[in-house]
Amino acid sequence: MSDFLFLYRGGDSSGSPEEMQQNMQKWVAWMKELGDSGHLKAIGNPLEPGGKVVKGKQKTVTDGPYAEAKDLVGGYTMVEAKDLAEAAELSKGCPIFDKDGFVEVRPIMQINM
Amino acid sequence: MAPHAVELDEHLFRHESGRMVAALTRIFGVHNLALAEDVVQDAFCRALEVWKFRGIPENPSAWLMATAKHRAIDVLRRERTARTFAPELGRLIESEWTLAPTVHELFGAHALQDDELRMMFSCCHPRLAEPTQIALILHILCGFSVNEVAAAFLSSNAATEKRITRAKKVLASSKKLFELSATDFSTRLSAVQRALYLLFNEGYHGASAQTAVRVELCGEALRLAGLLRRHPLASTPATLAIGALMCLHAARLPGRVDASGELHTLFEQDRSSWDKELIAEGQRLLDLSATGSELTEYHLEAAIASLHAGARSAEETDWERIVSLYDTLMAIRPSPVVALNRAIAIAQCHGPLRGLEAIRAIDGLDRLVAYPFYPATLGELELRRNEPELARGHFSRALALARSPMERRFIARRISACGE
Repeated sequence: MSDFLFLYRGGDSSGSPEEMQQNMQKWVAWMKELGDSGHLKAIGNPLEPGGKVVKGKQKTVTDGPYAEAKDLVGGYTMVEAKDLAEAAELSKGCPIFDKDGFVEVRPIMQINM
Repeated sequence: MAPHAVELDEHLFRHESGRMVAALTRIFGVHNLALAEDVVQDAFCRALEVWKFRGIPENPSAWLMATAKHRAIDVLRRERTARTFAPELGRLIESEWTLAPTVHELFGAHALQDDELRMMFSCCHPRLAEPTQIALILHILCGFSVNEVAAAFLSSNAATEKRITRAKKVLASSKKLFELSATDFSTRLSAVQRALYLLFNEGYHGASAQTAVRVELCGEALRLAGLLRRHPLASTPATLAIGALMCLHAARLPGRVDASGELHTLFEQDRSSWDKELIAEGQRLLDLSATGSELTEYHLEAAIASLHAGARSAEETDWERIVSLYDTLMAIRPSPVVALNRAIAIAQCHGPLRGLEAIRAIDGLDRLVAYPFYPATLGELELRRNEPELARGHFSRALALARSPMERRFIARRISACGE
């Protein structure tokens, strides 16, 4: 088994209260499913939308994240899967796809000393 | 039981939306309604992000309220020099010493209940037409988006948007929410009662084809009527009677539209599917409503509904009594639809011919021309007196007027009952 990071990018979370509640409940159900099937290593965290970017040799500090809003990382989760293909398959259940967002699946480098 | 119950009230966000908007509007002032709506949207976004990862908290309502409260304090602090907020708060929000405690107090359970009621009264502004009042109640207090309101009323998004925007302007013309101690309280209470009654009717008899939407509208009307009832000033006999009639009608919803979405008349409904608890609650409220000297149309409609709910079958119903209740109703609040229902009751007592005569005698029959159940009733009575050809003609006209696939299927079934 290997570890993978799901980076949740973009996705429009606005909507009517009813739509937002349904969206939230889908996420909760999906996370539960990941947990129940033994794939959830660490549920992770949501990220605040704002931030600072520090860049260059001058270490210039600017406001706001680097990416465009539609690509912004909104949170992350660590999962456990057989291989990258299985991890990608697992991500397909994520409700972010209903809201025009996407999941970036990144293998966590295995370090064998 | 798991320590964290994941089961949420199905419409929690919608209902909390109404409560939060009402509380925030009281703090910010009605003229800042849009700001209040933004804060509520923020609170939901936050809940969505946090609950995704942390699960649903033990007390989701309290979580949402606390989030809205903190955002409100931020907004007041940031904008108190640039904006004017609710005049009733005055200096209390100017000083750091009083700002937070004031907001905390305004988010107390008792204040929240009052705010919701005051918002309901504010939505029933005399300058707004009844359909607009209902749209506004659904939008603000029931958390329906403009598109959801439009879908419920089968109107276009653009027209609904326009209607709600205009209504909000009227609302914002006074800075404060309606005062429950105002001198025009009882006039406004009548308007609120009427609006809730119409909201329920829209769900019960309305044109929306989706059963889920209709059940939801009835559910919202029941919830808001309950809110009205729990306030000592608003809990008048008429309010109790409205609660009674809503319960007694809602109890029959499962029989009216069955699991496969077919519409059934009172005569063919499976009475075992009626909700007995709701019937009991309706009867209890009807008993409680029988005080004072004012007999309202709501009392009469509730009494009629109660006779139906208590009868084992259509045949065993006290139709004589129902006719006399309709007679009184016609005296208090005459309408062609009430007259049509009265004619159906007369037909039950004295046969279809007398029923048809009663229909012909209705004042303002022209107001029923677009109502599919007017020709459908004529068809029903003609069929009962063995005039299938006449019946078929009426049903065909009804079919052309049907407002939803459900109504069309229902009338098509009646046409096939007319034989070859």
